[in-house]
Amino acid sequence: MSKAVCFMTKNFGKYDVKSIGSYMAIGGFNALKKAVNMTGEEIADTLATAKIKGRGGAGYDMGRKWSQAKSVIADNKVVVCNADEGEPCTFKDRTLIEKDPFNLIEGMIIAGYTVDAQNGYIYLREEYSHLRPLILDAIKQAKTYGFLGENILGKGFNYNIHLYSGAGAYVCGEGTALVESIEGKSGRPRMKPPFIKQCGLYNLPTCVNNVESLSLVSSILLDDEKKYLNYGTEGSVGTKLVSVGGNVKNPGVFEIPFGVTVRDIVYGLAGGIVDDREIKLIQFGGASGKIATKSILDTPYTYEDLRKAGVGVGSGAILVVDERTSVIDFLRTTQEFFSHESCGQCTPCREGNRHIKLLLKKVAEGTHTTDDLASMRKIAKIMAMSSLCGLGETAQSALVSAMKNFEEDFQIK
Amino acid sequence: MAFGTNDKVLTKELAKQIDLILFAHENDGSKLVGILLDIQEVIPNHYIPTEVAYYLADKLDVKVTTIYDCITFYSSISDKPRAKYPIQVCNSIVCKINHNDSLFETLKELLNIDLNEITYDGRFTLESVACFGACDVAPAVRVNGKVYGHLTTKEKIADMLNELI
Amino acid sequence: MSIVNIKINNIPLQVEKGTKILEAAKKIHIDIPHLCYHPDQTIKAHCRICTVEVVGSRRLLAACSTEVWEGMEIHTDTKLVRDTQVGILELILANHEQNCLSCARNQNCDLQNLCSRFNILQPQLEKVSEASVIEDNNPSLVRDLSKCVKCGRCVKVCNEVQGVSALTYAGRSENFAVTTAYNKPLLETDCILCGQCSSVCPVGAIVERDNTQKVLDVLQDPSKHVIVQVAPSVRVAIGDEFGLSRGAIVTGKMVTALKMLGFDKVFDTNFAADVTIMEEGSELLDRIKNNGKLPMITSCSSGWVNYMEKHYGDYIDHLSSAKSPQQIFGAISKSYYPEVAGIAVKDIVTVSVMPCVAKKFEADRPEMGRDGIKDVDIVLTTRELSKLIKYVGLDFVNLDEGSFDSPLGLGSGAGAIFGASGGVMEAALRTVAEVYTGTELKELNFKEVRGWEGVKEAEISLGDTSIKVAIAHGLGNAKKIMEAISTGTCDYTFVEIMACPGGCIGGGGQPIQSTTDIKKLRMDALYDIDQTHSIRKSHENPDVTALYKNYFEAPLSHKAHKLLHTSYKKIEKQYDFSYLNKK
Repeated sequence: MSKAVCFMTKNFGKYDVKSIGSYMAIGGFNALKKAVNMTGEEIADTLATAKIKGRGGAGYDMGRKWSQAKSVIADNKVVVCNADEGEPCTFKDRTLIEKDPFNLIEGMIIAGYTVDAQNGYIYLREEYSHLRPLILDAIKQAKTYGFLGENILGKGFNYNIHLYSGAGAYVCGEGTALVESIEGKSGRPRMKPPFIKQCGLYNLPTCVNNVESLSLVSSILLDDEKKYLNYGTEGSVGTKLVSVGGNVKNPGVFEIPFGVTVRDIVYGLAGGIVDDREIKLIQFGGASGKIATKSILDTPYTYEDLRKAGVGVGSGAILVVDERTSVIDFLRTTQEFFSHESCGQCTPCREGNRHIKLLLKKVAEGTHTTDDLASMRKIAKIMAMSSLCGLGETAQSALVSAMKNFEEDFQIK
Repeated sequence: MAFGTNDKVLTKELAKQIDLILFAHENDGSKLVGILLDIQEVIPNHYIPTEVAYYLADKLDVKVTTIYDCITFYSSISDKPRAKYPIQVCNSIVCKINHNDSLFETLKELLNIDLNEITYDGRFTLESVACFGACDVAPAVRVNGKVYGHLTTKEKIADMLNELI
Repeated sequence: MSIVNIKINNIPLQVEKGTKILEAAKKIHIDIPHLCYHPDQTIKAHCRICTVEVVGSRRLLAACSTEVWEGMEIHTDTKLVRDTQVGILELILANHEQNCLSCARNQNCDLQNLCSRFNILQPQLEKVSEASVIEDNNPSLVRDLSKCVKCGRCVKVCNEVQGVSALTYAGRSENFAVTTAYNKPLLETDCILCGQCSSVCPVGAIVERDNTQKVLDVLQDPSKHVIVQVAPSVRVAIGDEFGLSRGAIVTGKMVTALKMLGFDKVFDTNFAADVTIMEEGSELLDRIKNNGKLPMITSCSSGWVNYMEKHYGDYIDHLSSAKSPQQIFGAISKSYYPEVAGIAVKDIVTVSVMPCVAKKFEADRPEMGRDGIKDVDIVLTTRELSKLIKYVGLDFVNLDEGSFDSPLGLGSGAGAIFGASGGVMEAALRTVAEVYTGTELKELNFKEVRGWEGVKEAEISLGDTSIKVAIAHGLGNAKKIMEAISTGTCDYTFVEIMACPGGCIGGGGQPIQSTTDIKKLRMDALYDIDQTHSIRKSHENPDVTALYKNYFEAPLSHKAHKLLHTSYKKIEKQYDFSYLNKK
């Protein structure tokens, strides 16, 4: 029996994604109509009750974020939708945009209303450029129907949404780098402080949200029966979109209630391993996530349980690797990714990635020494402790967890 | 010192196209990333020639160093000419464990070029790129924005190439 | 300002709200290691070597950028912090070509200081640096990217302070570099060779082109009569290199050092500065009287002249045609001086010591000389002079006080203040006001043109009339004035512009680690020299009067025009797109 549920994905396949009329016929924009009759604080509180942790991977409480954004006193504020989804094995945001674009638009408008912003910006990764016409058209139709522009729904609320494109840089998924990119520069993260909620895009107070986080908003606001709160656990309320990929028979995006086990997802929803092979490792949260042995299969998929097991939810990516791939090869491919994507400006990440790449090559060739292993640990720690942004901080998560969970692969020959 | 060659990359026609793109972006230098992507699309070899970068510095309120920084920073923007159809093969972990190595080899064989080389007729280059979110259809390839997935057999790969005239 | 209570290494401390951890630590005399931080630039926070522990934070925080909060507890001395700092230093070293012994910044290098501080003995990581092509095809600056530690200080000073933006970051990850657009050599970019980059670089990635060996060689040549001129800004800065207090006036020792180096005559650029005032002041009066191009803009800053030629080429006729003091001295040294000294021109070698790297470019300009003889043969920066003094083993601090030689060694107080922003303006006004009004000035100090403000404006009364003047230092500020001029939204008559922040005392060739505070001390020192000088006006300098009486006749004379004035040329852009508008 499928453990998947249908809360934020309830619109999938239920309307013509090119037609706002079709969306409205299934109840689209009712959440917005409800929202403009609430105060910003009430909306933020509703989301806070749902305990939504930012779905991009950073996990900051969404209700609290919107409440803080609202309380910033400024004439001009902006909302940003982070659609840069660059984490390998993560394609849930892509799916949400493909299958429910108007819902995202609605969520963005509600965000703008809540925090008192006048402009919303969608930053869509260049690799999803085929979705630009869809989004642009959705924005245009929303404007025609008075859900964007001036005096929306007669509430004196002015709001416009602008679509910006990334240009092939994973690091632009980081909030300050994203903002630099929209401002027409290379996407190198800014130092913090100042924080983006005070000084972000065009130096304005900026509230950045992930696509999935925004896509939850309308469903939560219309959830009078509090169905969402019944899903999940105490520490992980509600549902999550997971992107399962790798050596599974049925890769894809699934909406699961928090609390189902990893086995439910991998074998239940994703159909198990191709050719029924054994699992070598599972990586949680994308390339920046930690890896676990197949002992994780019976762990419930929740923030708290995964953390206790030494991994994390992150972006919701679940990468299943079978026995044919060696851990070291896996790590080297992951390292290639970060070596390619590091922006290069801070020493720990730029030089740290460079050296780990060289050291992993030695491990692969069996020519490494104990000093080399110590070096790897030291460099990984320096990167985690002192990098300027999250990329450097998490680039060696897989390596560090591998050195713990797969010690035998690092043995000196 | 002015560089004048007879064979100018920035022809009057291209300059006109670029001016239109700039107009569509309100001649706003802060929209540089989108401007560069749009210009790249109208240039047959999908890249930004050096002259174009200097032309933009002239027309927009942006320094040529900022433009150069963007061109070298972003993977989707190239400063070197590519083919009409750059075949971008995903090199990230999901596609790797789904046999992108044989995908690479087959493409090299069918096109008779190596990575980053261009076919004799200028139609194809072979590029190795980072994950573009097509993990559910791995192993995948992206060509001018269109994704081709499940490329597990020689036939499927050949079919895709034949589509690209 | 509200006060915040914090603890650093368990030491309680009170600081103003908004203070960064790095500054707070300085107050209790703890130096947190740093590389990309520079007090005169916006904070970058990307070398990460200043990261420290803060109770409550799971990661280390950068001390240069993190503001203190009430109750913050900072630890700069835990094992984690030390290991991280050392680890980051090792990462930098592995990607830095270590040829210290042959590097211009040997013993004057932030990276060496950090290595010494952290007792780095053996390299722990694999060497990943590669020797790179050294760019040295311009007279002023040499770039060696294999030494770059990617601190970004040069990018900041070029972009934010100077507004020239010749340098930039480029690329990602291992390809991340600090370079020019398309890696072109400096001369083929927007660069105007002000050398501020070389002044802020912590290592030897960008240095001045070294002419010390040339000078040593020529000093050993018995057939050559080698004379040297020294700019005003050198005498209040070179003491830095010998441990003297910042802004100390060391003219006497400097002159003795030059004589002991073997120069046949030691002359003073201040003398030529006075001549500059004669020429330029006369030119200004001429333009005012005869509806010449106004505002007239000073031309003694060679970086500024480069900037005008490259970026405001349509306005070069605003520039005064008078050469800079360096070049006026040079021209006099190859015309008037050989006559009075009885030495053949071809045997004279004129060396100048300048706070400036652009002056190396200026001396090489083809128009700065005649008949195959250059006005100025070799230019040294303050930094290079200090190297020469050490080379010949002089104990600078204990040298006797020497005096400049005649007839080109006497400069007035007006000449001395050329090195400060506003100094040229003030020197010119003293002469112009007296000549214009025909009456002696009661007040010689034009305080309204002094000071550190980026753009200064003043209205100066000239008897029955008054003129508006403006002064800018640093090219970022100069641009503001040029914008006003190009849009016709100002009514200045005379404008002084110095390319470097503070004027020449902040020049690109001055001792490394010249911060704003130090530059202000140097400015004060120059005004001190002026205040205590017996001759404070250029036109009252008897050696200058003699020069005109015996040689040039009068300012702007035919001979003066030929030798002491120059012309400028608009430099065309890298790419000329005018063909797009042609039929």
